[in-house]
Amino acid sequence: MASKEEKEKKTFSVTIILLVICLIWSLPTIGLLVTSFRDRDVVSLTGWWTVFKEPQFTIDNYKQVLAGKDYTYVDSEGTRITARTENLVRAFLNSVTVTVPAVVIPILIAAFAAYGFAWVQFPGRKVFFTIVVALLVVPLQIALIPILRDYLRLQLTGTFLAIWLAHTGFGLPLAIYLLFNYISTIPRSILESAFIDGYTHFWIFIYLILPLSVPALAAFAIFQFVWVWNDLLVAMVFLGTRQEVSVLTQRLLNMIGTRGQDWHLLTAGAFVSMVLPLVIFFGLQRFFVRGLLAGSIKG
Amino acid sequence: MEDFERSERVKGFVPGLWTTLWRIVIAVVVPAIAFAVLYVGFRFLRDSNAPAAVIAIVAILWGVGGVGLLFFLFNWLITRLGPSWRQRLQAFLFVGPALVILGWYLVIPTARSLWLSFFGPASDNFVGLANYLYVFSDRVMQVAFRNNLLWLVIGTGMSVLLGLIVALLAERSHLEKFSKALIFLPMAISFVGAGVIWKYVYAYKPPGQPQIGILNAVVTAFGGDPVGWLTVRPWNTLFLITILIWMQTGFAMIVCAAALRGVPTELKEAARIDGAGEFRVILSIVIPYIRGTLVTVSTTILIITLKIWDIVFSMTNGLYGTEVLASQQYKQMFKFLHYGRGSAIAIVLLIAVIPVMWYNLRQFMQREVF
Repeated sequence: MASKEEKEKKTFSVTIILLVICLIWSLPTIGLLVTSFRDRDVVSLTGWWTVFKEPQFTIDNYKQVLAGKDYTYVDSEGTRITARTENLVRAFLNSVTVTVPAVVIPILIAAFAAYGFAWVQFPGRKVFFTIVVALLVVPLQIALIPILRDYLRLQLTGTFLAIWLAHTGFGLPLAIYLLFNYISTIPRSILESAFIDGYTHFWIFIYLILPLSVPALAAFAIFQFVWVWNDLLVAMVFLGTRQEVSVLTQRLLNMIGTRGQDWHLLTAGAFVSMVLPLVIFFGLQRFFVRGLLAGSIKG
Repeated sequence: MEDFERSERVKGFVPGLWTTLWRIVIAVVVPAIAFAVLYVGFRFLRDSNAPAAVIAIVAILWGVGGVGLLFFLFNWLITRLGPSWRQRLQAFLFVGPALVILGWYLVIPTARSLWLSFFGPASDNFVGLANYLYVFSDRVMQVAFRNNLLWLVIGTGMSVLLGLIVALLAERSHLEKFSKALIFLPMAISFVGAGVIWKYVYAYKPPGQPQIGILNAVVTAFGGDPVGWLTVRPWNTLFLITILIWMQTGFAMIVCAAALRGVPTELKEAARIDGAGEFRVILSIVIPYIRGTLVTVSTTILIITLKIWDIVFSMTNGLYGTEVLASQQYKQMFKFLHYGRGSAIAIVLLIAVIPVMWYNLRQFMQREVF
């Protein structure tokens, strides 16, 4: 009894300490969010925290960042400046185009492979799976130059297929490993009754195993989604810098380079690039955490 | 499906010339049509000027549908070959695509990178160990090695330490879920996005002007001079590492929190009854109990840190002595177009992860899953 009381007393002071840590942790993100809704003239003159004294918000930054039209304004010395703004809508669509297949393709291929390793007998099964485990931590940097040479020869650079395949290749070891851990624990009896009914492995896999594996598939899907959506390196190497295909992270990087002091645009752009993972984070938090934990050993 | 297979088998018993020919024709024509459709889709995606939304939809359908189609086609083909062949090719249907892609994208590139690392910039003249000599003797590379070491030790150490502390605190507070969510949130943000966030935190304006970066605002509020956080050597690397810690602490926290829940209450209670204070309980009971988890978290963050690239690339582009191995590798590849040196650095990165790989394999062997 005494120890319980003691613990609760502690809890209160601990909560205060924790709140302070949380505040420090959130300040950078809050600053970004607040700034993205402030007028460009105030952003460059006053800190974002002054907004709490005199609140004043605008969505112009988002309009400008998303619309991508020519933007003319008069600067402090009275000269008219026309600037072409970033069009992040295109980049957003490109990110979706890159990400969806780069999530689904490895899942499909890995699920087939995981089933094969778990339930189909073939020579070399153990050796091949050991190789998959070894590949879990291999840094993807090792593949950049050789694969780029292949892509140049096949004229694949700058195509979506190129980056889907690359993300598939780099994501497969983890996907196979996770899905194998899950699929191999499905009770043998379920499969055997299906065999007796005359189904082949292929249809058992489609009708039985895939639906049963949804939790594992979802966990990996969320991990791979966040990974691909936030990736910069693979996109830079295999998509190149062509505007028509470049993804959000690339465009954001461009903005840092070309509009490094235009904080009202940079912050809005950064937030546009973050919005989808954040929606998933808040909407599917439990799966999100599970997915990232499951994916934490990626190489 | 079953009916289809049965009729196939019946036909197989009367192997007339016509049936055999017909089967071969079908077996060639159907895949040919499928590949033609896929190729047309590929050409459309590569060359078309359609609106972005149309391209996005076509690409997603083509990419996802294409892979599904290939699996069905493969299955359809081996089903037509009859039971004995089907038996033999079945395993290949399942693991074949994965093994081919793993071979192409990871296994063979490892050998090819090793090979290329013995050649010059354009991979045409053999230079022996010259690239490795460069990697280990060049001045910028030495800075990169030193920085990478700082990233590994401080980045990983602080992430795990803070993650553990927050997990311990959260366990003992009213706001467990809320605080965990806030600390974990940066995991959802890209390194480039985090780069923008922290560039703004570190923003610098000359003395006298109002500071818009919160850090310099705090410094000047206490009467100090504003600091160009990203340009002061050698501390700037520490300010870059802060970003990594900010992002990875949430991960360490979640894993530690899960492990903490597994520490038996009786153990802690027994120590408390013996008069141990809360710190003593944590140091002598809790931490030894979750040591295995701490090792796993540390190696995971270690590997992420080893390959860190985006933060340096977007914050300083390696200027002001902030270079790390991965950013040097990228520069060698795309700025200096020196494939030999780029490959040599990649091999160094690979060698650095071998202990972890070895550890994973040993754990895996002990599990005896097969």
